[in-house]
Amino acid sequence: MHYSSLFRIAVAAVAGLLFGAGMVISEMVDPNKVTAFLNVTGAWDPSLAFVMGGALLVFTPIYHGVIKKRQTAVSGEPLQLSHKKKVDAPLILGASLFGIGWGLAGFCPGPAVSSLSSMNPVILVFIVFMLLGMMLANQYLAGRVCSLFYVKRGH
Amino acid sequence: MSFSIPWHALLGGMLLGLSAAILMLFSGKVAGISGIVNGLIQPKKGDTAWRAVFIITMILSAVFIAPFDINLPLVSTDSYLLIALAGLLVGVGTRLGNGCTSGHGIVGMGRFSMRSIVATVVFMLSAIVVVYFRQLFGAI
Repeated sequence: MHYSSLFRIAVAAVAGLLFGAGMVISEMVDPNKVTAFLNVTGAWDPSLAFVMGGALLVFTPIYHGVIKKRQTAVSGEPLQLSHKKKVDAPLILGASLFGIGWGLAGFCPGPAVSSLSSMNPVILVFIVFMLLGMMLANQYLAGRVCSLFYVKRGH
Repeated sequence: MSFSIPWHALLGGMLLGLSAAILMLFSGKVAGISGIVNGLIQPKKGDTAWRAVFIITMILSAVFIAPFDINLPLVSTDSYLLIALAGLLVGVGTRLGNGCTSGHGIVGMGRFSMRSIVATVVFMLSAIVVVYFRQLFGAI
């Protein structure tokens, strides 16, 4: 194995451990806590705002002070950033659907994946259907669902 | 009414930010969980190992910190149908919208990306509306 791929694996391991720990410690993994955070008109619990706040407090200065000034990552790889600027319909539609799902169950992808070690059937069902949803959307984005639909209509 | 800073939330959030900064600074990758997972569903040569390692260590993290009496909550549901529907919507939505709470909410917002700021506002609002209706119908 090349030194560079070992380095990439080590970075992913450190980042993965920190991310999982952050999700559990912050209580983002508790759907009741998430629901209470989203329940702004009821018994609102604002504490989870500090999760995004804390994350931005650390990430933003490192990005603008260090990462942005670099041409490449420390590994020599390019910075894989999206350079899309346009706010388009798929972005709005996608974010709306995601928000509906998030509000219904109190789970978004990070906390759900971080909770997998519990082998809790609620988490497993959520993850399986999330993967299914991703595959469906990928088919749609590749134009396959539409063409399928079109063929059906043609008959 | 007094308000105290939720230190767990703040500390956990700072770890998420540190993780995202490390992954981008050292490997040039975005710590967006829906994106990382999707890269395993749609694998590209030479771009899967780091994703698998990130996801596996992320899952193991809960096991490693359990001895410090930091545990995963007991999660239950009245309706698996609702959980399945929620999972489906989260999966479809994060693909169409190109990211979730981490990719848009942390990395994109931290970069001051207009798309991510808009996406974050939209998914927060749509989740707030759904929770409002859940409360209205006595589901909370």
